[in-house]
Amino acid sequence: MDWGLIVSETLRAAVGQEAIVFALAAIGLNLHFGYTGLLNFGQAGFLAMGAYSTGICVEYLQWSLWAGVGVGIVAAIVLALILGLPTLRLRADYLAIVTIAAAEIIRLIARSVTFGHITGGSSGINGYADAFYELNPLGDGTYGFGPWRFDDNRLWVLMVGWGLVGLSSLVVLLLVRSPWGRVIKAIREDEDAARSLGKNVYAYKVQSLVVGGVIGAFGGMVFAIGNQSVQADNYGTATTFLALTAVILGGTARVPGPVGGAMILWGLISFTENILRQASAEGLLPTAIISGTQVGIVRFMLVGLALMALPIFRPQGIFGNRREITFETR
Amino acid sequence: MSSVPPEPGSAKPDPILVVDDLRRRFGGLVAVDVDHVEIQRSSITALIGPNGAGKTTFFNLVTGFDEPDAGRWTFDGRPMQRLPPHRVARGGMVRTFQLTKALARMSVMDNMKLGAPDQRGENFFRALVPSFWRAQEAEVEARAESLLERFRLTRLRDEYAGALSGGQRKLLEMARALMSDPTMVLLDEPMAGVNPALGETLLAHIQSLRDLGKTVLFVEHDMDAVNEISDWVVVMGEGRIIAEGPPEAIGNDHVVIDAYLGSHHDAPATLEEEQRQLDELTEATARESE
Ligand SMILES: Nc1ncnc2c1ncn2[C@@H]1O[C@H](COP(=O)(O)OP(=O)(O)OP(=O)(O)O)[C@@H](O)[C@H]1O
Ligand SMILES: [Mg+2]
Repeated sequence: MDWGLIVSETLRAAVGQEAIVFALAAIGLNLHFGYTGLLNFGQAGFLAMGAYSTGICVEYLQWSLWAGVGVGIVAAIVLALILGLPTLRLRADYLAIVTIAAAEIIRLIARSVTFGHITGGSSGINGYADAFYELNPLGDGTYGFGPWRFDDNRLWVLMVGWGLVGLSSLVVLLLVRSPWGRVIKAIREDEDAARSLGKNVYAYKVQSLVVGGVIGAFGGMVFAIGNQSVQADNYGTATTFLALTAVILGGTARVPGPVGGAMILWGLISFTENILRQASAEGLLPTAIISGTQVGIVRFMLVGLALMALPIFRPQGIFGNRREITFETR
Repeated sequence: MSSVPPEPGSAKPDPILVVDDLRRRFGGLVAVDVDHVEIQRSSITALIGPNGAGKTTFFNLVTGFDEPDAGRWTFDGRPMQRLPPHRVARGGMVRTFQLTKALARMSVMDNMKLGAPDQRGENFFRALVPSFWRAQEAEVEARAESLLERFRLTRLRDEYAGALSGGQRKLLEMARALMSDPTMVLLDEPMAGVNPALGETLLAHIQSLRDLGKTVLFVEHDMDAVNEISDWVVVMGEGRIIAEGPPEAIGNDHVVIDAYLGSHHDAPATLEEEQRQLDELTEATARESE
């Protein structure tokens, strides 16, 4: 087995496009779940809003890609309001039910034949994001060092993507260190206590849902523009739960948590995949147990096993605070 | 208050909270059924009554945490029905909870700061620019420090509230409620679980609140505490106001005794009867200890 290749692929994946997409999704979810205590199980729906807005604006409406980015932000805000306004006055579980359903509805509508002329149906929208690559200041060629060597277009996506991750993290950092952040943490701990101190709990929950949703939509835009492709099935429930995994892996209610979590998650996925592929190619794995085509599935099983080690050895996540999780919260 | 007749629903010279026809039903159970009650401004009123009398429900209703089936009430002259709890609190009526609500995964200091009203940095956009709220934050922190000092919690300022003992949480909750400098505080069993020595300081605090012109309404089961600090006592039983009066008078009120002991208890008719029952009891205990 070529361990050098396995290690370098792992290191590449840790800074790759998927890591960025899931870091953004997870930063938004961390604001919802980690800081405000909101159960948003439909983050994939917010990613879809970002992705489809860019695709539809360019291909169907014939607008510019940048108009699509603006529309994507607005669409995420509107989705947050539609989901939040009726449910955020109710018990926490209602938001969970409504968001998980809404995200699936969005995905099914997007891949339906009825709206196929707008969304591209099950084949999606492809090759529409040239405007982004035309802005690439890097000349043709390969850049980087060690395992991190990328061609100019890939590097351009990664630069902008990590820029967005940095910016989003900064916004969240400023928010959670402010009196605003104190209120949302209080809501997470006990809504009624926050109310008894004169805080408009409902308004804060709506704000948190909107901000985290917009950050998620940026993740969707990176996903779509980086692939030059919008595919409905990329925005299923698995996407939400992988993002949630990144949050918990990194440590909830920690600003670097979702970023580190996403990097480790995608590093881990690449690591297991490469080991399995090589082992399978070299005939180290009996075909009765696993054939080459099953590698994609089996890698997630192994990743799952690795993730199970987390609550056992480090229940607070990578960046978490052990003291904090020892307090029961009702 | 000496001119106020000691009877349910009596008018006060300067009421701050006036409640009329307040009802709350839970299924078949009428938890609160108050025809009329007034709470005197700048005084300490104790709300007492047996378990399940409806005291906490009454608190929940007037502070907007629960909705009544019927009723009107005014606070400081303003009608309050249907106001959400945060508006009630901003209006100057702040409550604490019987089951303490310390914000466990936040520091004691952050718990305190949360209590401060009108914070600029609580606005989403201003929150992003610290220079908008730094100065106010420093003021809030100074105020929190002085309250923590008064409640002897200074040592715990950076501790997680979840790490505090039950009594310390009671103190924290009360100190936090005072951060907004409210006109009226409603304390639901502030003494429960607080050790006697600290309890005394707590009572002294409540008295100092009155001396600052604030109105205190508190639920308490400890009659010594009630007698020590309250200017007026309101007694609830099965949702109704069954008696009112100065603390000296309440202890002897037969309606109150009935409410606490059950109306079917047989009061000893004569002194001889009482003595006989006492003897029986002494005998019984003597036999048991053999
Ligand atoms: N949410 C609720 N649902 C159903 N019944 C309730 C509810 N809240 C209170 N009750 C009932 O209303 C009655 C009054 O309860 P409440 O908590 O106001 O009593 P309390 O006077 O505060 O008693 P304690 O001294 O034990 O705290 C009780 O019989 C209780 O069972
Ligand atoms: Mg009670």
